[in-house]
Amino acid sequence: MKPAAFEYHAPKTIAEAVALLAEVAPDDGRILAGGQSLVPTMAFRLARPAHLVDINGVDGLDRLYLDGNELSIGACVRHAAFHRPVVDGRLGLLLSSIVRHIAHYPIRQRGTFCGSLAQADPASEWCLTAVTLDGTMTAKSVRGSRTIGAQDFIEGIMTTALADDELLTEARLPIPPDDTRFGFCEFNRIAGGFAVAMVLAAYGLKDGVITRPRLGVGGVEERPRRIPEAEQALEGRSPGAQAFRAASAAAAGAVDPMEDINTSADYRRDLVATLTLRALESAWS
Amino acid sequence: MAADKTAYLGRSVERLEDPPLVTGAARFVADISFPGQLHMRVVRSSYAHGEIISIDTSEARLMPGVVAVWTAEDIADIGPVDFRADRAAEGLKPYRQPVLAKGRVRYVGDPVAAVFAEDPYLAEDAAESVVIEVEELPVIVSADDPPGEFAAGRGTEAAVMHHSYGDIDAAFANAERVIALDLRTGRHSGVPMETRGAIGRYDAAKDMLELHGAAKVPHRNQETLVRMLGRDPSRVHVHECHVGGGFGVRGELYPEDILVLVAAMRLGRPVKWIEDRQEHLMCANQGREQHHLARVAVDAEGRILGIDDEFFHDQGGYVRTHGSNVANRTMCTITGPYRVPAFRAVCHFRLTNKTPCATYRAPGRYESTFVRERLMDAIATELGIDPIEVRKRNLIAADEMPYTIAFDEPHVSDMVLDSGDYAGLLDKAAAAFGWEALRVELDRRRADGELVGAGIGMFVEEGGRGPTDGARIAVDANGDVEVITGGASLGQGFETTMAQICAEALGVDYRRVRVIHGHTDLIPYGIGAHATRATVMTGSAVNVAALMVREIAIDAAAEMLQTPADELDINDGTVVRRDGPTGPSVTLGEIARRLAPGAAGPGQGDPGQGNPGLAAEGFFTTKDTVFPYGVHLAVVRIDRGTGQVAVERFMVAYDVGRAVNPMMIEGQLVGGCIQGLGGALYEEFVYDEEGQPMAVTLADYLVPSLREAPDIEVLITEDAPSPLNPLGLKSAGEGGINGVGAAIAGAIGDAIGDPGAVRRLPLTPGRVRDLLRQADAASPGTP
Amino acid sequence: MNGKHDITLTINGQAYAIRVEARRTLADVIREECGQTGTHLGCEHGVCGTCTVIVDGAPVRSCLMFAVQCDGAKIRTVEGLADGEEPHPLQRAFMEHHALQCGFCTPGFLMLAVGVLEREPDIGDEDLLDILSSNLCRCTGYANIVKAVRAAAAQMRRR
Repeated sequence: MKPAAFEYHAPKTIAEAVALLAEVAPDDGRILAGGQSLVPTMAFRLARPAHLVDINGVDGLDRLYLDGNELSIGACVRHAAFHRPVVDGRLGLLLSSIVRHIAHYPIRQRGTFCGSLAQADPASEWCLTAVTLDGTMTAKSVRGSRTIGAQDFIEGIMTTALADDELLTEARLPIPPDDTRFGFCEFNRIAGGFAVAMVLAAYGLKDGVITRPRLGVGGVEERPRRIPEAEQALEGRSPGAQAFRAASAAAAGAVDPMEDINTSADYRRDLVATLTLRALESAWS
Repeated sequence: MAADKTAYLGRSVERLEDPPLVTGAARFVADISFPGQLHMRVVRSSYAHGEIISIDTSEARLMPGVVAVWTAEDIADIGPVDFRADRAAEGLKPYRQPVLAKGRVRYVGDPVAAVFAEDPYLAEDAAESVVIEVEELPVIVSADDPPGEFAAGRGTEAAVMHHSYGDIDAAFANAERVIALDLRTGRHSGVPMETRGAIGRYDAAKDMLELHGAAKVPHRNQETLVRMLGRDPSRVHVHECHVGGGFGVRGELYPEDILVLVAAMRLGRPVKWIEDRQEHLMCANQGREQHHLARVAVDAEGRILGIDDEFFHDQGGYVRTHGSNVANRTMCTITGPYRVPAFRAVCHFRLTNKTPCATYRAPGRYESTFVRERLMDAIATELGIDPIEVRKRNLIAADEMPYTIAFDEPHVSDMVLDSGDYAGLLDKAAAAFGWEALRVELDRRRADGELVGAGIGMFVEEGGRGPTDGARIAVDANGDVEVITGGASLGQGFETTMAQICAEALGVDYRRVRVIHGHTDLIPYGIGAHATRATVMTGSAVNVAALMVREIAIDAAAEMLQTPADELDINDGTVVRRDGPTGPSVTLGEIARRLAPGAAGPGQGDPGQGNPGLAAEGFFTTKDTVFPYGVHLAVVRIDRGTGQVAVERFMVAYDVGRAVNPMMIEGQLVGGCIQGLGGALYEEFVYDEEGQPMAVTLADYLVPSLREAPDIEVLITEDAPSPLNPLGLKSAGEGGINGVGAAIAGAIGDAIGDPGAVRRLPLTPGRVRDLLRQADAASPGTP
Repeated sequence: MNGKHDITLTINGQAYAIRVEARRTLADVIREECGQTGTHLGCEHGVCGTCTVIVDGAPVRSCLMFAVQCDGAKIRTVEGLADGEEPHPLQRAFMEHHALQCGFCTPGFLMLAVGVLEREPDIGDEDLLDILSSNLCRCTGYANIVKAVRAAAAQMRRR
């Protein structure tokens, strides 16, 4: 389990990085950020990039800051940065509760938020977060810069909208209204293991009824997505067992779960029902 | 015997092994390098079954740093990996594994070629470029499937084995009830944290071939190597390094061990091979996968009249060094601690196209305990008897000891249960666990809608099988003691245990005892560390040798101090008068100097008598086996929404005969128990229909972490010391794992309100959720 | 393709100027090029934690970094824990509490725990248990590891 040989590049600026990437991308060049998914894949020789462009030394990519109504997360911001709330209010608390589900502490010292998005593992907590909260991604290349919405960014299992020569420099999460409540619930078989299924719920309350409901499901289909059927079941209803059960049933009915040798589609569907209920209850409590 | 000051037997002293392990000074096999060494990388089959059409190594041979690439043709003179001498089974020999696959590949991971290169990275590069063309053959992924062809004229059912006694047909004919269960144990394994490794080194100047990285059974492996390689016993030696866990899996001879040795001789350079984790999960011995069709006949009171079990043992692609040992142990231990008047077991020992299987901690016994205890729970349910009561009605009584189980088959050894108060331990365990109150509490919680339950796994372990082991003990001029054994250390605390036994018998501080093990060139015999026999066999031999040294020392001191020997004692390394410890004395070091070869020994006056010094070699021989026993009690809670099982409480109660170091025994029991929980709830080597292994990373093969490890309550008793050795020793290595699957299965059955529902391990959340659905379907209206 | 890089790793205060291929993992380079074999490799894919070392203050998996990425970094391994002959409180606690059997995972657990306790001496017990679940041990069943780390944490706080 020794990686195949590659050429190593360590640019210092974004301009250098994208220039290098443009040069090596046609020759199977890739970005190395935290490396916590890429390096094991290379150890198994399931990935064998000819070039790695290491962005850990690139100026400014480790910035994490509040920009108006958005949280800007640079490409080299580690998972560990979220261990303590990064913004006041419920969003900061939510992110610090989600981050505990991402692998383990030493992995979180290296792995990055944006790296998870670029990896697009269906079991990625941050992909689910970005999709459910309508995050946006900034991709840069020598050809220019563009912004991509999370739902469009994640195209499938380990597949994103990033072109080979594009660097994901930053992700942005909109700061939700103050009254937004969150609930996150994940099921995995073992501490730190990959999510078998997970649900992120968010909603506000207006005049005692649910408003702006968001219900995202991850680890179940090829990519995370919001479930409109479940959101409709919540909109305008008073929070409580009845509404939550209806949303849970709607979510379970709406998903088309993946199947693998250990997990039947049927079981994943059950999990969606359970986790939806628990996420909604957790947001309410 | 010894004064209190040097009483070490039974004390939880700190381990002698620890300092190098906590400082990084320890030397595991991967930490050892020899000048000029080559690195081996094995090219493995990616097919589960097929005919090898061609192997193209041409590109690999030209790659940088590559010295040689071998296929089966290059080592045509080397036979298959042999069985250990004591496992000889003629009929199984055709199923042994060749060092490199010949003709066919039989599992994913089967070694097909070996690359030798200057660096492990380069070796892996070259290995990748080897092209193996295979014509696929039908794949057998289950021992349930109809047997196929292993080779021309030879089926995959390598043996059908029988163990029986009593009139089984009459037992079933006369039964009040007959209960039949269909039970499966999943495939899992030891998965030590250190992968395997081996370094072959040939010293041409001394014509000495060395294998570094041996473990578990160094002397047995040396014997096998002598046979396989046709070398003189004094010209091949194996050496143990620090060993990162064994659990039965590590230390057997595997194809890679043979390859590094042959390559070291033929390539003229040391050859190092370090297994990677993916290889380990595809290639190291696996175990446990059996399918039992078990029946029990009982009378109206739930007393067992007979057990009849037909089972299918999934051996994987080849038969390895143990032959059919695991299946045999399964058959011998099905009856466990119970009085079973009639018994019949039939084992279909079948090859499949999966990783070969062999011993894993409590081999055959984790499986048989699961089967037996499922039957006991089924009797309890069927007859409406409390699960503890039904066990008590059937337990062999203390006054029946020794209790002989004699099988009809002449080649099967009797089981002579040496000592034990099984019901006494069950009572103690139930009391310590608060069983009665617990039942009430669980009933209340179930009434409140919780899915909680309790389960029991009761078992007899076996260990300390002979025939003989020995030890050499010598005291040096400083009074430090060296104990040379043919034992092996896998991390279980072998050195400390032996040092404590020696210290107690001799009368020295255990920290002044240095214990040598795992080097076949230092002592020509040794039993190793397997089947939990090290403490019993090697420990008893150390005791004998230490008592001999003690006697020599006291005799010498008697002359030196002009005091009758029976008035002397050894206290903290000094011989003193029993009645006057502060009076005249002589240290063991002084005695050693006096007895040294060439010194003027007491009463001899004449140097050069050829005295061996203050030293002795002692042996312990037994034809019997010791049988420690235990009870596991579990409480689980099931998450109805996910099927996830939480273990709320778990107790291991175990009678160890005599505890040399209670702290270390507790460590063995707790560690074994968590490993057992792994096999009961998380770990499984799953294969798809093509025989592709699905668990070849630690992200897929789920070893429990701290978060999956509940606090284990431990109750160690010494109620039944073994009559078979002077210290009363039994063994502790496997008592923590044996009954875990059984206890967890019982607890889950209890929790879902259908004690007989659990038929299969491991109980993954998906399977538990299926059980819950079945239970709900059976009784609509439950929440 | 196989260009080598001149780098300097500082391991336990000692500088190692070495030339390595980019693909060599930090773990391999610590062990082979720098000869510090107390850091063990248990899985090489980031799950078991046996190879945990401290890089610039953070406990990380050394199998998941390339050595070239650590040029100029300060690395600490198990060999640097003791103060001369005096064991680190965690080393002492591991021996006292029988927190190791085969000892293969021990260096990783020690570096994980040291890394965390130095950063967060007052860490809560639940957080500590979460962090200790990062590494695998196959011998002890973990209970004694937890006892040892708790005991050492208390002692380190008193210092």
